[in-house]
Amino acid sequence: MTSVDTGYFGPYGGRYVPETLVPALDELEAGWHEIKDDPGFALELEGLQRDYVGRPTPLYRTERLVEGKTVYLKREDLCHTGAHKINNALGQALIARRLGKKRIVAETGAGQHGVAAATVCARFGLECVVYMGSEDMARQAPNVERMRLLGAEVSPVEFGTRTLKEATSEAIRDWITNVETTHYMIGSCVGPHPYPELVGELQAVIGREAREQILSAENRLPDAVVACVGGGSNAIGLFSGFVDDDAVRLIGVEAAGAASLGTGRAGVLHGARSSLLADEDGQIADAHSISAGLDYPGVGPEHAFLRDSGRAEYVPATDEEALAAFHLLAEREGIIPALEPAHALARAVELDTGLILVGLSGRGDKDLATVLAR
Amino acid sequence: MKRLSIYLMAGKKTPALAAAAVDGGADLLEIGFPFSDPLADGPVIRQAGEKALAEGMRTQACLECLAQTRARVDVPLIPMTYASILEAYGYERFRDDAAAAGASSFIVADLPLEAAPDLPRVQLVAPTTPSDRIRLAAERTDGWLYLVSLTGTTGMRETVSSQLAGLVERARAETDVPLLAGFGIATPEQAAAAARLADGIVVGSRAVEIAEAEGPEGLERYVRSLRAAVDERVEAPR
Repeated sequence: MTSVDTGYFGPYGGRYVPETLVPALDELEAGWHEIKDDPGFALELEGLQRDYVGRPTPLYRTERLVEGKTVYLKREDLCHTGAHKINNALGQALIARRLGKKRIVAETGAGQHGVAAATVCARFGLECVVYMGSEDMARQAPNVERMRLLGAEVSPVEFGTRTLKEATSEAIRDWITNVETTHYMIGSCVGPHPYPELVGELQAVIGREAREQILSAENRLPDAVVACVGGGSNAIGLFSGFVDDDAVRLIGVEAAGAASLGTGRAGVLHGARSSLLADEDGQIADAHSISAGLDYPGVGPEHAFLRDSGRAEYVPATDEEALAAFHLLAEREGIIPALEPAHALARAVELDTGLILVGLSGRGDKDLATVLAR
Repeated sequence: MKRLSIYLMAGKKTPALAAAAVDGGADLLEIGFPFSDPLADGPVIRQAGEKALAEGMRTQACLECLAQTRARVDVPLIPMTYASILEAYGYERFRDDAAAAGASSFIVADLPLEAAPDLPRVQLVAPTTPSDRIRLAAERTDGWLYLVSLTGTTGMRETVSSQLAGLVERARAETDVPLLAGFGIATPEQAAAAARLADGIVVGSRAVEIAEAEGPEGLERYVRSLRAAVDERVEAPR
């Protein structure tokens, strides 16, 4: 079974990897298809989501954030470990266990996926190695400490941009080397097929809950659903609940200095064809964002497809706009958001529409040092 | 006779280095077109790529380097690169322009077997590749199969991978095309060991290191020692 013809979203996606990994991707795809139709898996995942993660997460109606508009926050910041990343990590840990893989490698930018990976590895007794750019280790130090406390090895990546791009490359190189024993727990809806689909389905719980919750609270669908997009997993998860509701605007917010969808071109990075920050020779460009989680020159292939099809729109927010939204939410609602979803908030509060749902993908404790330094 | 392929990163000195490698006994040359994020490469080739990019070795400059190299040597020249470069340049345009500059075939490290059927290229198979995929790769490959000797990235190792013998055996059962083993082959001893199993060898990282440190004379000496080893001649002490 080899599926280069499947695993595409329009012209995006695919499997652009060294041959060594192709059989592992086939194995992962087969394992995933087997497990996701297994009622025992669904039951176990639901139980863990409820008792370990704390799902369903609340849909909170803001009181003072903006006048004259109704803004709801999908509170993924209240998940165990403080971000939506745990939804994916938990599902992939169950897959790894099914595949008999005892060692996990992961990449992390902000550290939220690294913490989620370290957490589930502790929970399931798996060895965990997290690759992290040394610049990100400096600006997200609390998460480095958390990962180490949880028993993970944090491996610094000291070359190139020293951020998420290089961390991802090193995680993939580790996987190539240790593919027989190791599962690559990718943190976003990026990478070679089947990862974008698999991560998207594991994050779809956000959108399923949010749709049910908003209908129950307002008796109608929102006018707009807004989420930040780095790799794009929280956005793809939230959007999936509303993508078939044509009247609902789907708005992805990128960091202005990492707008893979807004200013990118088609190219290949980390195993998939997508929209990327790259020059005319196909060399990947450096991204720049105050938010380590958005500081990535690529994006999930499904987002590139949603952009081209016109179903979703993608807009940028600057570092300053994200910081202003960060303070606004803290001061008006008593919620300290991560800098990543602060980008989504920055665009959401100025939308000229009545009922808005924003994905609050993570909490801001990890970003205090960055914000206080400004 | 066993084949000896040497990998060199594209750069200003490449034509002279290529001539030296051929003088030393290389039968074919792979010319690396650097990419910013080379997933299949270990530290030596990754760093050589970073340096080449910093020196301006973008696609056009690499094609010019290829043409200049072609003017110096008669052996097959094979650009080795990553899909992102071809995506940006255009697959057909790349194929045609590289062929015009003297390319004999291509190696694209992250382009799967099934993709871009109109680009004739040397296919790679790895110890993890199942036999039916080896057969498909052999059907589609351009001239020879590149055996990735180990599960891992390019770069030097202590010994020749224990995975190589099994891979050669499985490949022989599927195909008659020549098999060249690469990844982790650096010393003459390793070259001899790998060449006893396969029809030839590919040496990358160590050749790139020696080319950088010792220039054409050092590279020629090194390639000569590999040539002697794959031909099973006893190397005379220097």
